[in-house]
Amino acid sequence: MTRYPGYDVLAKRDTPSWDEATRRVVDARLAGPAARPVLEERDYRTLAALCDAVVPQPDRAEPIPVAPVVEAAIAEDRTTGTRFEGLPTMREAWGRGLAALEAEARLRHGTAFADLTPETREALLHAVDAEEVEAPEWDGLAPRRLFRDVMADEILRVYFAHPAAWSEIGFGGPASPRGYVRLGAGRRDAWEAPFAPPPDGGER
Amino acid sequence: MSRPLGTLDPSAETAPRAAGGRAPDVFSREGWVPMRCFRDEDEVDFAVIGTGAGGGVLAARLAEAGFSVVALDAGPFWRPLADFASDEREQDKLYWSEERLSTGGDPLQFGSNNSGRAVGGSTVHFQMVTLRFRPEWFRARSDLGYARDWPVDPDAMWRYYAEVEAELGIAGPVRYPWGPRRGRYPYRPHEVNAAGHVLARGAEAVGIDWSPTPLATVSAPRGKAPPCVYRGFCKIGCSTNAKQSVLNTFIPRALAAGAEVRDLAMVGRIETDRTGRATGLHYHRGGRWRFQRARAVAVAGYSIETPRLLLNSAGPAHPDGIANAEGLVGRHLMPHVNDAVWGVMDEEIRWYKGPPSMAVSEHWNYTDDHPSKDFPGGYAFMSQGPMPADFATSLVSNTGMFGQALRNRMALYNNMAGLKSVGEVLPDPDNRVELAEERDALGLPLARVTFSYGEEDRALSRHARAFQREVLEAAGARDLFETTGTAHLMGGCAMGATPSEGVVDGDGRAWSCPNLWVCDGSAMPTGGGVNPALTIMANAARIADTIIAERAPDRRG
Ligand SMILES: Cc1cc2nc3c(=O)[nH]c(=O)nc-3n(C[C@H](O)[C@H](O)[C@H](O)COP(=O)(O)OP(=O)(O)OC[C@H]3O[C@@H](n4cnc5c(N)ncnc54)[C@H](O)[C@@H]3O)c2cc1C
Ligand code: SF4
Repeated sequence: MTRYPGYDVLAKRDTPSWDEATRRVVDARLAGPAARPVLEERDYRTLAALCDAVVPQPDRAEPIPVAPVVEAAIAEDRTTGTRFEGLPTMREAWGRGLAALEAEARLRHGTAFADLTPETREALLHAVDAEEVEAPEWDGLAPRRLFRDVMADEILRVYFAHPAAWSEIGFGGPASPRGYVRLGAGRRDAWEAPFAPPPDGGER
Repeated sequence: MSRPLGTLDPSAETAPRAAGGRAPDVFSREGWVPMRCFRDEDEVDFAVIGTGAGGGVLAARLAEAGFSVVALDAGPFWRPLADFASDEREQDKLYWSEERLSTGGDPLQFGSNNSGRAVGGSTVHFQMVTLRFRPEWFRARSDLGYARDWPVDPDAMWRYYAEVEAELGIAGPVRYPWGPRRGRYPYRPHEVNAAGHVLARGAEAVGIDWSPTPLATVSAPRGKAPPCVYRGFCKIGCSTNAKQSVLNTFIPRALAAGAEVRDLAMVGRIETDRTGRATGLHYHRGGRWRFQRARAVAVAGYSIETPRLLLNSAGPAHPDGIANAEGLVGRHLMPHVNDAVWGVMDEEIRWYKGPPSMAVSEHWNYTDDHPSKDFPGGYAFMSQGPMPADFATSLVSNTGMFGQALRNRMALYNNMAGLKSVGEVLPDPDNRVELAEERDALGLPLARVTFSYGEEDRALSRHARAFQREVLEAAGARDLFETTGTAHLMGGCAMGATPSEGVVDGDGRAWSCPNLWVCDGSAMPTGGGVNPALTIMANAARIADTIIAERAPDRRG
């Protein structure tokens, strides 16, 4: 479903578009995080389902691994510089947030969040985003903030840190020391993705 | 809690590099330059806290005038060629990601949204937009009837703008459409990218001026800096050194002139004696607390850390924190309105190429009388070029879009164009930095930051969104959508003509502590409608010259 079939930023790995620093960083990422399980099995299942809802990948034979990297970030207690009022620290927010998602799913549908159908899961997340939640586990958690600015934020950062996501959207990817020469609209350098067919009127 | 460390060389973030008589050579992959070193017991002329836009300029100028200077920064001392990857996630290491508590009606986002933590400060990842204040803004109250005046001479500020632009080798247009005439920019303008041409086309269609943005990245070789290669990763650090950040301009100058720069040195408290004079500072480096003696102290830690540090530095003569006799420290904090409009173009724009904001319009900074202008102050707006994760997260944060809808939207990344404002927010004493009960790993109280927009700010934000929408539509974009947000922080320790109007005087010197200066964005009494770095640097150069004029003659040895 990509508009840029056949384009792979990794093909530029050994060209002047990639410097040594970038190669090391991306190689390490592709090797995957060192195993550092912090989450209980149940929470991990919820996390995996959440990642799948935020960035569904039914089109990919080999999905970009998201949940393990997010789990590693939770283990690191990776901070972003902001703790919004009404949210606990990052790790606690994740732990309690995953538990609240699970509780909400059980309360509404009598089943685990991870066992919901994709449609029900998505609807439930829209309800969370609208702060229409019922489970007491949400107390003191600011559902929209948590969903948008902690959970979805981290999940998307992880997804769009993967070269396959760069290729998918036709992003040039790493570009140092060689940058670009042709900057105008409808112009491209040989080391960029070929042009895609123009987007059709309604993309949603 | 822990901030993210890079994977390339985490030791740069845990073990100081600048030590033992040498500092990193920022133009090399692993080289060094000699560095004069002082002992903690040496009473240096100036201890400068923070080496960003304000502190870096001040340290260089003071050292070049012969003062003994130690400049401390909480962050690492990077060598861009070896340490910076073309990778958003790795480069999270550039930001101040220690937690700050955010509250108020419109709570602010920190970290990658507004502040850095490195030798060179936030200029290491700034987007190089270098605009001048409209001269009247320095007398906003007297000349334009809103906010307040700066206790400085506008002509002097404009002279310092020209000086700093020369020191940075700014690349800009031959003729700038707004404001008083200015000389030529030192470097030729860059070719405007497709994203910039969208702004240009829209502006021409609605009948307003636009200009190539004056940028702090060189368009021809300059010393050891190569010309910009339009790789577009500027917001996460320039790995080629084309960007003229404080790290590769003023810091090398400061070192060459005999200043010592201490990386990974977090200042926790400024010490004062019974008469209220500063005597030095407590800083944490290499795993322990140390004390540097100093004859004078200049604080340049950014609009949050500067007030946080002053508030945490109570002493016998400063019971509520240094320079806080009037209770003004931390108050009048101002972001910029950073609202944006985005749309889809038929042709591929590929906004990842080139610096993110290559075209600008300052139309609404210089238009006072228009029936639609229902707000004081002004705003500029610029073309955009966010990196993928940055753009995706702003989508979910603003619109709540996720799932397949978000993937579909991101599939149009190469066809997107956007316009984003930098709009003036009025100073309000209730928007402020305070100390929280909670403490960080070093035992320092966390900053709690309260922010809410006022009615005028909301009017500006509405206007900016509506107008940018008009321009973007006129440029041919469709499926428009908006995002809101803030950028930059200014104020918190503002300059004022009297002690009841500001924490420091027009020369940056604290009203209630004679040997303490504030020399960064926190000293700004108003924020204007342009990105602040050039103004912070020009003001720092001006403050440095007043110090030099006053103190250099009777300086010791
Ligand atoms: C992503 C981004 C893009 C930007 N783009 C632009 C742009 O295009 N144009 C523009 O004009 N502005 C831009 N800005 C804003 C600009 O970078 C800042 O306004 C400016 O650098 C602030 O200068 P400063 O001296 O106040 O602080 P900084 O430059 O942030 O420097 C403060 C330094 O002090 C250090 N410090 C703080 N506290 C302590 C302490 N207690 N002890 C030791 N060290 C300490 C910090 O580590 C930091 O290095 C951008 C900002 C961001 C985040
Ligand atoms: S576009 Fe230019 S300034 Fe920006 S990162 Fe690339 S070389 Fe540096």
